[in-house]
Amino acid sequence: MTTSTTTVSETPRILWEGAATDRLQVRLCGSWLRDLPQPAVADLEEALRNTPGTCRVVFDCQELQAWDSSLLTFLLRLVRKGEAGGFAVEQEGLPEGVQKLLQLASAVPEKKAGRAEDVREPLLSRVGNEVLLVLGEGANMLAFLGESVQAAGRLVRGKARFRRSDLILLLQECGVKALPIVSLISVLVGLILAFVGSVQLKTFGAQIYIADMVGIAMAREMGAMMTAIIMAGRTGAAFAAQLGTMEVNEEIDALKTLGFSPMEFLVLPRMLALILMMPLLCLYADLMGILGGAVVGIGMFDLTPTQYLLQTSGALGLNDFAIGLVKSSFFGILVAFSGCLRGIQCGRSASAVGSAATSAVVMAIVLIVLFDGLFAVLTEILSI
Amino acid sequence: MTETESVHIRAQNLTLAYGSFVLMRDLDFTINRGDIFIIMGGSGCGKSTLLKTLVGLKEPATGEVFYNGTSFWKTELTEREQLMRGVGILYQSGALWSSMTLAENIAMPLEEYTDLPVSQINELVSLKLALVGLAGFGGFYPSEISGGMRKRAGLARAMALDPDILFFDEPSAGLDPVSARLLDDLILELRDSLGATVVVVTHELASIFAIGTNSVFLDPESRTAIATGDPNQLLAESRDPRVINFLTRGEGAENRPEL
Repeated sequence: MTTSTTTVSETPRILWEGAATDRLQVRLCGSWLRDLPQPAVADLEEALRNTPGTCRVVFDCQELQAWDSSLLTFLLRLVRKGEAGGFAVEQEGLPEGVQKLLQLASAVPEKKAGRAEDVREPLLSRVGNEVLLVLGEGANMLAFLGESVQAAGRLVRGKARFRRSDLILLLQECGVKALPIVSLISVLVGLILAFVGSVQLKTFGAQIYIADMVGIAMAREMGAMMTAIIMAGRTGAAFAAQLGTMEVNEEIDALKTLGFSPMEFLVLPRMLALILMMPLLCLYADLMGILGGAVVGIGMFDLTPTQYLLQTSGALGLNDFAIGLVKSSFFGILVAFSGCLRGIQCGRSASAVGSAATSAVVMAIVLIVLFDGLFAVLTEILSI
Repeated sequence: MTETESVHIRAQNLTLAYGSFVLMRDLDFTINRGDIFIIMGGSGCGKSTLLKTLVGLKEPATGEVFYNGTSFWKTELTEREQLMRGVGILYQSGALWSSMTLAENIAMPLEEYTDLPVSQINELVSLKLALVGLAGFGGFYPSEISGGMRKRAGLARAMALDPDILFFDEPSAGLDPVSARLLDDLILELRDSLGATVVVVTHELASIFAIGTNSVFLDPESRTAIATGDPNQLLAESRDPRVINFLTRGEGAENRPEL
């Protein structure tokens, strides 16, 4: 939009003469460019306020070197003020381009009503709408749960249709590829447990019980829990994002119209993969955690490896591992459920995919902690 | 009963709505066998929603869609799936399954709904790819090819089961003029050689006049269809200023191009 040929840009200035008469001549000088400091126009506005109502504003642009949108915004403001304050802004003296753009900008009148949502709803109706929204969400979740149970039923009867190669890829994705991060986190959790416990146990000279504590905590609780939380962040989010993107790309519509149920085709293999892989990962995490505990016990509290091993195997029964494994399989369902649910429900925009992934992780972690609590109560009642 | 035999799809009193928001009401039109039927109208007037209703992705608020005289939304789910098997759809962006190669995309419906041996499926896949000018691209993933190629691959998948109805959602959107023209030619050829009925959602005037033999014009202001018939005839004879305005890019009736 720059019309100037001069290379040196002068700072924009504004001069006027004829204040308080019926004809105010405004001289625009220098380069009116966005990046240069804007001239103080408050004085001009003040001068205009004091003019009689019939005033005409005319422009002289002999010394105007260059201009861009900053000049236009200034002029538009002046025009609006003129409409309100009763003076006429005559555009003849302005460069041709400026005149055309001003015409264009005022061609379509500004939308006054604003968006419908700007209207403030009464509190009660907002509360009501929110409640209905939450109820609808719950109903959707139940419907999804029902559909997935039906799909699982068809799987058991051998009627479910999905690609075996998809399942194998997913097994790899949720299994082998998760090993490094699961190793790291479980070893660290084992280390931390051992440290925290040792401070107390050392005062009784009972360091040997570090082995019991780490073993039981890992096998019953932390192995399953930490694996589930890692998988929620890693795989649950990925599921939601994958299915969400498929929704955005109409790939899910394409499945439906070709008679493939997205439930069987997309959700079932993901659920299966996590249900199968989570117990394996959990078992691995248990062992890595115990290893982490052993590093602390042996390295810092003078236990021998044999002592530590014997103590651990004495403290741990098969049922401790079994509880952890059952839980982790269950957590696998929860992670896959929230990931797939959010993915399938995803809207058709990039930001919807992002929020689907986020809410999948949040929902999975909330469900995991909730169900872990339930399991704790259950094992207490059954005293296992 | 020749007249009813030639009717392929019939919409009766269709109302399209999202919740309480009514998008279109009282839609009545018939699509004959061998028609290239254009669903046209301004942006956001409900063309794509109408398409979704016709192909069974969205249930209409009221009204019915008949395929060969069978009410689509009132039959059993299994029969509905059976009906859908005779329908191919090209989505706006192709909607190829991104985790599969082009060949796998096209092979999937064949593997699912036929008992053909693998070698024959492979042959069919190469044939479909060759028909849309993508011979040899079977091993590529959708992300590795251009948008125009994705569209053509989507068409190959839509044709996999030799459907007798093909739906196109904005086939020329995002294509350069030459590719759009080639796609139009392809649509005509497919109609002629397969004897299929074609339904196209578009607002591309060049395509509308080049291929359309029948149409419905949706008007967002009155929320209903305000014209039906051959688009070329509509252009020449319509008295409705809204239709004229659309078909002449806002030039008005006196500037109708010579046909």
